[in-house]
Amino acid sequence: MESWPLLSLLVWLPIVGGLVVLASGEAHPQRARWFGLAIALATLVASIYLYAGFDSGSAALQFVEREPWIGAISSWYHLGVDGISVALIVLTSFCTVLVLIGAWESIENRVQQYVACFLVLEGLMIGVFCAMDALLFYVFFEAMLIPMFIIIGIWGGPRRVYATLKFFIYTFFGSIFMLIGLIYLYLKAGSWALSDLAALPLSATEQMWLFFAFLLAFAVKVPMWPVHTWLPDAHVEAPTGGSVILAAIMLKIGGYGFLRFNLPVTPDASQEFAWLVIALSLVAVIYVGFVALVQEDMKKLIAYSSISHMGFVTLGIFISLALVREAGNPDAARLGLQGAMVQMVSHGFISAAMFSCVGILYDRMHSRMVADYGGVANTMPWFAALFVLFAMANSGLPGTSGFVGEFMVILASFQANPWLALGAGVTLVVGAAYTLWLVKRVIFGAVANDHVAQLKDIDAREALVLVGFAVAVLALGIWPAPLVELMDASIAQLVQQLLASKV
Amino acid sequence: MTLTWKELIPLTPEVFLLGSLLALLLVDLFIKQPRRGLTHFLAIAILVLTAIMTARPHPDVQTAFGGMFVRDGMSDLLKLGILITTAVVFVYAKPYLKPRGLFQGEFYVLCLSGVLGMMLMVSAGNLIVVYLGLELLALSSYALVALNRDSKLSSESAMKYFVLGALASGMLLYGISMLYGATGTLDLAGIHGVAAVAYHDQRLLLLFGLVFVIVGLGFKFGAAPFHMWLPDVYHGSPTAVTLFIASAPKIAAFGMAYRILEGALSSLLTDWQGMLAILALLSLAIGNIVAIVQTNLKRMLAYSTISHVGFLFLGLLAGSREGYAAAMFYALTYAITTAAAFGMIVLLSRADFEAEEIEDFRGLNQRNSWYAGMMLMVMASLAGVPIWIGFIAKLAVLQAAVTDFLWLAIAAGVFAVIGSFYYLRVIKAMYFDAPASIEPLALPNDVPFRFVLSVNCLLLLGLGLASGPLWAWCLAAIPA
Repeated sequence: MESWPLLSLLVWLPIVGGLVVLASGEAHPQRARWFGLAIALATLVASIYLYAGFDSGSAALQFVEREPWIGAISSWYHLGVDGISVALIVLTSFCTVLVLIGAWESIENRVQQYVACFLVLEGLMIGVFCAMDALLFYVFFEAMLIPMFIIIGIWGGPRRVYATLKFFIYTFFGSIFMLIGLIYLYLKAGSWALSDLAALPLSATEQMWLFFAFLLAFAVKVPMWPVHTWLPDAHVEAPTGGSVILAAIMLKIGGYGFLRFNLPVTPDASQEFAWLVIALSLVAVIYVGFVALVQEDMKKLIAYSSISHMGFVTLGIFISLALVREAGNPDAARLGLQGAMVQMVSHGFISAAMFSCVGILYDRMHSRMVADYGGVANTMPWFAALFVLFAMANSGLPGTSGFVGEFMVILASFQANPWLALGAGVTLVVGAAYTLWLVKRVIFGAVANDHVAQLKDIDAREALVLVGFAVAVLALGIWPAPLVELMDASIAQLVQQLLASKV
Repeated sequence: MTLTWKELIPLTPEVFLLGSLLALLLVDLFIKQPRRGLTHFLAIAILVLTAIMTARPHPDVQTAFGGMFVRDGMSDLLKLGILITTAVVFVYAKPYLKPRGLFQGEFYVLCLSGVLGMMLMVSAGNLIVVYLGLELLALSSYALVALNRDSKLSSESAMKYFVLGALASGMLLYGISMLYGATGTLDLAGIHGVAAVAYHDQRLLLLFGLVFVIVGLGFKFGAAPFHMWLPDVYHGSPTAVTLFIASAPKIAAFGMAYRILEGALSSLLTDWQGMLAILALLSLAIGNIVAIVQTNLKRMLAYSTISHVGFLFLGLLAGSREGYAAAMFYALTYAITTAAAFGMIVLLSRADFEAEEIEDFRGLNQRNSWYAGMMLMVMASLAGVPIWIGFIAKLAVLQAAVTDFLWLAIAAGVFAVIGSFYYLRVIKAMYFDAPASIEPLALPNDVPFRFVLSVNCLLLLGLGLASGPLWAWCLAAIPA
């Protein structure tokens, strides 16, 4: 089982498959779709195999592959997974399959390029989650930009060029400082291995600069207020599949980066500046929640809702530092980190589902404006039922996955400071307000106009996508234990790392 | 001192190149225009044979003419880079020259003599040899720029190039004479030995000499503020000539800078570090910011060259073995990247149409998605996006500079982000804009050209994925 390189397969199968699709040419779009789907399904199967073969009782890296990569700077092609990575890898391959099915009919020009972009993107994202060499991580982290740049730029809406340039340059700018920070660390440690960087003693000043270099890179990616402004633009202009991948996985890479870099490499600086991140997270949770309330564009509304929900992730991550260092409560810290991770996975499913729903409406009406809809439930009952389910999950209804993560984070922050918990709890009200109001305006009420009256309900293919997400949302909401257990050992180890000062 | 045949052994590639280029000049006289392809073939064969003679499995240090000529691992590697790049340039030049009536033997002979000059520059053990090589390259280049004598633009830029180039050569020569005055020798190793001692007594003279030498170097590299000739020359020259002067000479310029700065003046390290730091910062700033407003692709690539020179200096000014290896890596990879970029311009050009505006690349993806993908790779590599070689090269110079010049490394990073914008604009034109006409691209009917261009572009990706061997080779070429 350890003998063959499963992780390399997960990374390179979609990339090579994507290139094959690209080479197949324009003439056979249907062939490109089926072949792309087959590759994505094979990757999903491989990732499930990874999950099945993963020993969640151990915090050690598993499925490790290590080959020399660039000898001159002792960088290794070093892949490995822990519980956190496995969860995100499965999420990635699951979402990619549904994205390809979702785009079956809505993308008609240059299909082979579309499919290829998503497959290459999938491989690179999986690479980010299993790279254990900082340089390799950075390479995957940055290389993702090009396929996404093209996805938004070719198949996006009217202002796609503006949005995609903004997306690219924002992210590129954020990460260049991380690169310099990583080079600094390499010169000090003589190694790019994440485990060596985590063990490297660093002075308080060094940690501070590195912390901010990493913070900038990942805060742009998450995105945190106030560097979030690229996200609404990118989401609104991106094609449905692009929005789904962006919300479901690319944002998670920011949170994942915090767990892999800020916390283990600069624990003391993270503790010192946890207040800052917590404050920004609360701004995201509360203020951006209110911003979402006034949006007229459905995609923009969901984009702001994403920022708000990702605020919970950063809150959970950084509250754990306060808990472990100041309150001396490692159990609560573990809860906070677990909450953040569950929230990441759950938000991946929910936001992907919400964007898919908007995409389904857009395919029929060619409008994303709330005002153009009303009474959709009358003409699309099945769709309405699923949309309401996702809306409930988005507002954190118990029984859905949205509740689990938020509840865990609020519980953890209550142990740090009840006022923080109160602040975070506001989102349950605001989140419910903007989501349910959206549902009311779009789904319920009388049929608003002739276009809505002519809507056809979802067909089997669209139902497959939405039901797929619905099953995931409900399964995670009703029985989150497998996910929590999967990550438990890794998170416990992370908490141990946080306990030790590096100065 | 009597000259024996044995002494010429280290010069074998140069002697062969000189002999065969003279032979080519003669042979070409008897080749009629329809058979001109033979000259093309012979020129490439000469380069390949010279490259074979240059390659040695275990390079040791050999000298000739009492140390005036040095052959070591570094010179071998740089010469291979120069020869291979020029061979690629020849392949790309043919489909451009042919329909314009420029497909003459002169192009090849001038380029080959330029190559000879470059080979001398990287093997120089004496300031006179440095100058000799430099002038051989420069004079060939002046003539090449004016190759299309009916074009006003070409003549104007050749004139500009010549006047400014002569000025820079004068500066360099003046600096050399001061170094000679301060140390009493022109031998690079000799200066190296004396300079450390002379630094106390002759500091002022040495520093003055250094300033003039740096000005000369800066001009040859095209570093700001000595960059003014570069956009005009790139723009005004026939694309085939731009191809040549934009690629291999950057490798030679690195060799020259290494020979002078490290070989002779390493005891003045702290002095020239500061000067190069200023040049690097200015080049990064001017190159990247001015490139944003260019609409002509050749001019944009000229400003992009200026910014890349800034990056290259970042490696040079570290003054460490890693830094030189990084700068060398940068020069080599930049040469092949820029050759691919101009090769793409040639690909899109027609007999009556120069595809040198960014506008001309609009909608290329719809007309020919393969070459759009190739151009995407070139632009992504120039922008320094990972998995392409441009990123690894930037990483190499940044990691060399971070220790002592953290501020400069950060500034370089910021300018790299600014710079990414104009490369993205080309990608945007190709992928997101609608083409002027949707008819498929009429490709030049030159199979070797198309094949080499595709291989060259794919190499940017391949080297990015497996940069280890080349980097290790660069590191091994720099003596510890």
